[in-house]
Amino acid sequence: MARPMQVSRYWRHFREKYRLIGGKCENGHVHFPKRSICPVCGSRNVEEIELSGKGKVISWTIVRNPPSGFEYYKPFPLALIELEEGPVVLAQLTDVDPEEIDFGMEVEVVTKKIREFEEDGIILYGYKFRPPVR
Amino acid sequence: MRKAVIIGAGMTPVGEHWKLGLRDLAVEALLNAMDDAGIDRVDSLYVGNMVSGPFVEQENLGALIADWAGLGNIPAVKIEAACASGGAAVQEGVKAVLSGLEDVVAVVGVEKMTDAWPSDATRYLAYAADAEWELFHGASFVALNALIMRYYMKAYGYTEEDLALFAVNAHANGAKNPYAMFKRPIKVETVLKSPYVADPLKLFDASPVCDGAASVIITTPEKAEELGVPKEKWVEVAGMGRAIDTISLASREDLLTLKAAKVAAERAYKMAGVEAKDIDFFEVHDAFTVMAALSLEALGAAKKGEGAKLAKEGQIAIDADYPIQTMGGLKARGHPVGATGVYQTVEAVLQLRGEAPSQVPDAEIGLTQNIGGTGSNITVNVFRRV
Repeated sequence: MARPMQVSRYWRHFREKYRLIGGKCENGHVHFPKRSICPVCGSRNVEEIELSGKGKVISWTIVRNPPSGFEYYKPFPLALIELEEGPVVLAQLTDVDPEEIDFGMEVEVVTKKIREFEEDGIILYGYKFRPPVR
Repeated sequence: MRKAVIIGAGMTPVGEHWKLGLRDLAVEALLNAMDDAGIDRVDSLYVGNMVSGPFVEQENLGALIADWAGLGNIPAVKIEAACASGGAAVQEGVKAVLSGLEDVVAVVGVEKMTDAWPSDATRYLAYAADAEWELFHGASFVALNALIMRYYMKAYGYTEEDLALFAVNAHANGAKNPYAMFKRPIKVETVLKSPYVADPLKLFDASPVCDGAASVIITTPEKAEELGVPKEKWVEVAGMGRAIDTISLASREDLLTLKAAKVAAERAYKMAGVEAKDIDFFEVHDAFTVMAALSLEALGAAKKGEGAKLAKEGQIAIDADYPIQTMGGLKARGHPVGATGVYQTVEAVLQLRGEAPSQVPDAEIGLTQNIGGTGSNITVNVFRRV
């Protein structure tokens, strides 16, 4: 897999991946990641919105045979999370016992390392979700 | 409007073809189809293929295959729609014939997957998902389908045993198909005892990584007559539809509705002038057992939430009301991704000619449904006996 020249490819999404910047159209439809055209009503008047990062698990799995590049992390939980603003986001769960994961489980966003490339490669960071730290 | 008929069909066995490359498989299937039709030239070639670049470092498949099949300086291109590439290639071939631009068209679907390391194969297949928002997080294709499977079981109260019935049915039919990868019947316990790949999805809920190629020859009834192809070989392409849905699963309006299949099926039914109840057999895209259930619902064979009920009630067997996967489906015949839609087409042709190894009695109308992505790009074709 190509490494060094992919820096720009990952860096161009750092605002979404570090701060959960989504889109909100003039009619109030919220989506993530931000698009130039609202996927619900087609409006092109879309503003940025920073999502709270609080949500609930709507489905999950334990990835045991991951795509190459993620072997080091296996097995890891992956989930669909419905954020409190409405959009659903796919992300890994972290700091959780797989046995504890359940439908409707409350989670919050946290910035974590997603994966690293070898030696001269880059390290990717992004959002994962965990049970809320109180 | 012109009509399109399939006059030739051919394939290679599905399996791990260590001695054959992508071009060998494609050429073998193509020549089988041309021999079946009794012709030695075509006007153009459409190649269904999903990921030949990463898998075997070969693109430009139109030129490669037409060249090696000795077809001369014809137009030839690759059609890509993820795992629905084969179904889409058949449709492009039919469109060329219906438009009047081309009279005799060859379609070949091919995929060579076993030359890659398994975790790399998992990565390449995930290219059908959203690279920045799904694969970035380590989502395999199996994992995405597992998310759907868990949600489906929860929503309607199905168990892993219930969904395993789709795999059991596929293997029962595949056992009779000489071209299938797995020619062994299995039991529910076989599925349940297989290891989790992405919980609750097990190895036997999923179709295998494999190699294969299938091909059909499409023309008009007039041309078929002129070429002297006996009428009992003809199968009409009566209807087709194709639609997309959101590429990433998280953006889906409803995780449990294959909207693209629904829209595609409506178009195909309308064009063919039929309804779901007229279909004698369904070749659905059971890359994962839950997809067979969702497909039956989207195609109108079952109500929403009742796809798996059809399996529980024994309605999906060859001699039942809704036979599916008559030659093993993706699960037992095998799923060489970009070739699958063409395999489904070849199998529908054999059923409608009455030549299938496990024959649906008096089959007159059959349907193939080919899913790309997690339901993001779907083709539906309806075929009729002439």
